[in-house]
Amino acid sequence: MMGTPARGITADAVKPGDRLPELKHDMTATTIVLGALAARDWRPMHHDHDFAVNRNGMRDLFMSTPNQAAWFERYVTDWTGPKGRLGRMKFRMIGSVFAGDTMVLSGSVEGIEVDDRGCAWAQLALAVSVEGTVVTECAARIALPRDGDDNPWARRGDRWQP
Amino acid sequence: MSSLPADVEAMVGAIQYEEQGEFPVERGYIWTTCSSVENGNPLFWDDDVATEITDGPIAPSTMLSVWFRPHHWVPGRTSSGLPLQVHFDLKDAFDLPEAVMTDNTLVFHEPVRPGDLLSTRQILQSVSEEKPTKLGTGRFWVIDVEYRNQRGDLVGVESYTGFGYRKAG
Repeated sequence: MMGTPARGITADAVKPGDRLPELKHDMTATTIVLGALAARDWRPMHHDHDFAVNRNGMRDLFMSTPNQAAWFERYVTDWTGPKGRLGRMKFRMIGSVFAGDTMVLSGSVEGIEVDDRGCAWAQLALAVSVEGTVVTECAARIALPRDGDDNPWARRGDRWQP
Repeated sequence: MSSLPADVEAMVGAIQYEEQGEFPVERGYIWTTCSSVENGNPLFWDDDVATEITDGPIAPSTMLSVWFRPHHWVPGRTSSGLPLQVHFDLKDAFDLPEAVMTDNTLVFHEPVRPGDLLSTRQILQSVSEEKPTKLGTGRFWVIDVEYRNQRGDLVGVESYTGFGYRKAG
């Protein structure tokens, strides 16, 4: 065997009610602009302060939707390890994350199931908050390995039911 | 009874804007995206881990839409391509100067890999009646974007809810 088994959680170690460790990050104009341009989102409200404030009527530059998705993905796979494979994410944008905000990602396990193809899934309720107020909610369904030998990424065709 | 104009009514359910991405999936954007959110998942940084778990490098799942956002400029292009064109068509159709996205659902199928050339198509699912909100009065609409790779495999479906509006006051 080459290397070491990839680290990460298995489905049997997860139960409803488990909480994911919180992640805090201070957003700056640079992180907002970097995230928007990484996502090839050239729209001015994510890099042009004057446009965001005087045209859109927002408080400051704010994070783009695809970049928020990338933050949620990073947050969830920090918890699962590399064998965690996202199936589905649903976002509800309530407010915005602005330059200067301290963003807090939090989450909990709502349920665990094994589908009829033998794939284990965790249903997660995730949130981005700023100063205690939820600005984005995300419901995520992520496949987890059932044991050290299982690998959700090996599933193809009808064995993968996201 | 629907009060939608006939041109918008005809858009509902129709396959529109089938397009190829303007460039193949590449690792520079994968690393820039991981860097922007400090994503240290070894799948994206350690080729041995990627080989072991995903049979080679892949892109972060949530980067689906990144691969079809058009270049800001290309030589010879006269019309400015806009991502999610159906969204902007609806803004124009209803003469709504502002718009935001309120909901977004992503479903992930086959992994996206460096070198893949993705294609997309847009399908308008629904348009609401006019509604007042704290932003202003406008309409909500739901647009699906399907993504496939060059082999025809479905790699994902993205569903957007947009709100086009006229500012209050």
